[in-house]
Amino acid sequence: MQYMLLIYGEERAAESMPREQMTEIVNAYMAYTEALREAKVMVASNRLKPTSAATAVRTANGQTKVLDGPFAETKEQLGGYYLIDVPDLDAALSWAKRCPAARYGTVEVRPIWVM
Amino acid sequence: MKGAALAHRAAERAARQSYGKLVAYLAARTGDVAAAEDALSDAFAAALASWPTRGVPQAPEAWLLTAARRRMIDTARRRRVREAASDRLLLSVEEAADGMSPEDVPDWRLRLMFACAHPAIDAAMRGPLILQTVLGLDAAAIAAAFLTAPGAMSQRLVRAKRRIHDTGIPFRLPDRADLPARLDAVLEAIYAAFGAGWPGGFDARRQGLVQEALWLGHVVVGLLPEEPEGLGLLALMLYSGARRDARRSANGEYVPLSEQDPDLWDAAAIDEAERLLQRASSHGRIGRFQLEAAVQSVHAARRISGRTDWNAILELYDGLLELTGSPVVAVNRAVALSETAGSQAGLVALEELATNPRLVAYQPYWAARADLLARLGRSAIASAAYARAILLEPDTSVRHFLERRCARIRPNFA
Repeated sequence: MQYMLLIYGEERAAESMPREQMTEIVNAYMAYTEALREAKVMVASNRLKPTSAATAVRTANGQTKVLDGPFAETKEQLGGYYLIDVPDLDAALSWAKRCPAARYGTVEVRPIWVM
Repeated sequence: MKGAALAHRAAERAARQSYGKLVAYLAARTGDVAAAEDALSDAFAAALASWPTRGVPQAPEAWLLTAARRRMIDTARRRRVREAASDRLLLSVEEAADGMSPEDVPDWRLRLMFACAHPAIDAAMRGPLILQTVLGLDAAAIAAAFLTAPGAMSQRLVRAKRRIHDTGIPFRLPDRADLPARLDAVLEAIYAAFGAGWPGGFDARRQGLVQEALWLGHVVVGLLPEEPEGLGLLALMLYSGARRDARRSANGEYVPLSEQDPDLWDAAAIDEAERLLQRASSHGRIGRFQLEAAVQSVHAARRISGRTDWNAILELYDGLLELTGSPVVAVNRAVALSETAGSQAGLVALEELATNPRLVAYQPYWAARADLLARLGRSAIASAAYARAILLEPDTSVRHFLERRCARIRPNFA
C-alpha cells in the first residue's frame, strides 16, 4: 500500500530558528530520506516553499478567484511530504515515527486512494 | 428434544464457537471486516434454514466457511459489474477464497482483536468493535450496554470498520517490542465490554455482555498463555463476576462489598481466579490488571479469614497509582487509607483530588466523600455529597442504597 506522510510544522518557529539547529534538522531529514531509499520504500518526496509563497484558486459560479496565501490559516503548515510504499499501516506508522517532523511538528499518515 | 430443535441448537453452538474465527479468517485476507460479516451472516441464515431438516453437517465450521466465501465472491462479482470496478478487487477476493482450506480454519481471532484495538481506532470504539466482530453482537445490544443511541452506535461501527479497511490496518500479531502496549489496548477494550455489562448486572442483555467479556478473556489467555496481563485481566473479571449473587439482597437491594456475605460468592470462580493470578505473577512482570486482580484477591480472602487486610490493599493501590496515575485509582486508594489511617486521613486524600475534572461527575468519588464526612459527623456537607452521588448514579438500586445511607445521617432527607 502507498501512504503519504504529510509533514506539518510551524513556519514561524522555523524562521526564527538558530542556524545550528536548522543545520541539525536538515541533516536529520537527509539521513531519514537515505534510510527510506535504502529500505526501498521511497516513492517520492518534496519539501514545499513556505505558505507565504502559496496561491489559492477557487472557481464558483463560473468565476475564478485567485487568492494570495494558503488554503487555510492554521497553526501548523504543510511543509513537505514523503510518498512511501509499505505493506500496511503499522509499517507506515513506524516510518512516520522516525521522521524528524514527528519531533518538531506533526506527521499525518494518509493512504493513497487506489483507482 | 425434537430433531429440529436439536439442529437449531447445534447451529447456535456452531455460531458461537465459530463466528469470530470465521470473521477473522475471512477479513484477514481482504481487510474488509464488513464484507466478511455480511457473507457470514448470509451463511448462518442458510445454515439455520438447512440444518434442522437436512441435519447438522460433519464439519459445521467448514460448511459455514464454504457458504460464506461463495457469497463473498458473488458479491465481489456483482460489485464489479455494477461499479465497473477493477478486476483486481475480484481477483483478491478469489485468491483469498482459493487459499482457504475449510478443514483447518486457523484461529485468527486474536489478530482481529488487535486490528480492532489498533491505536488508529478511536479508543472508545475498540470494545464495541471487538464485541461485534468477534462475538457477532448486534449494534443495538452494544449501544444499550455503552449507553449510546443504537443509530449512532451502528454508524460508528460502520465507520470504524471502513477505517480498518481504508487505512490498511494489518491483521497480524504486533512485533515483540510493540506487543505489551498493543495487548494492553486489547485488554482495555475487553474490560470496557465487561464494565459496560456490569452496572445493569441483572439486566439479561447486559449480564450477557459480562459472560461474553469473560469468554474473550479466555480466548486471549488461550492464545497468549505467557502474557501475565491477559491472565490478570481474566482473574480480575472472574473475581468481580464471582460476587454477582452477593451484590443484591433477597429483595433486590444493592449490597456493597463490605456488607456482602462471602458464602454467596462463587467459590469455584474465585479459585480459578486465584490460580490465574498465581500463574501471572510467576512471570515477574507486574501490570495494571494483575494489581487490580490482586486487590480483588485480598477482598476474596475474607471468605476464609473473616477480615479484610486493608494494609495490603493500600499497598496495591499505591503500586497501581504509581503505574497509572489514574484519579479513579486515587479515589480507591483514599478509601483504603481511611480504613488503615482513619476517616480524616482518607478525607484529606480525597480532598487533594477535588480539583480533578475527571472526578466532577464520578459517582464513587462523591459517595466515598459523603461516607467519610458522615463518619466524621459533618452531616450537612455529607448530605450534600450524597445528593451529588445520587444524581450521578444511573442504577436505581444503587441510588436507593445511597439514599438509605444519606437518610441515616439526616432522617428527614427526602
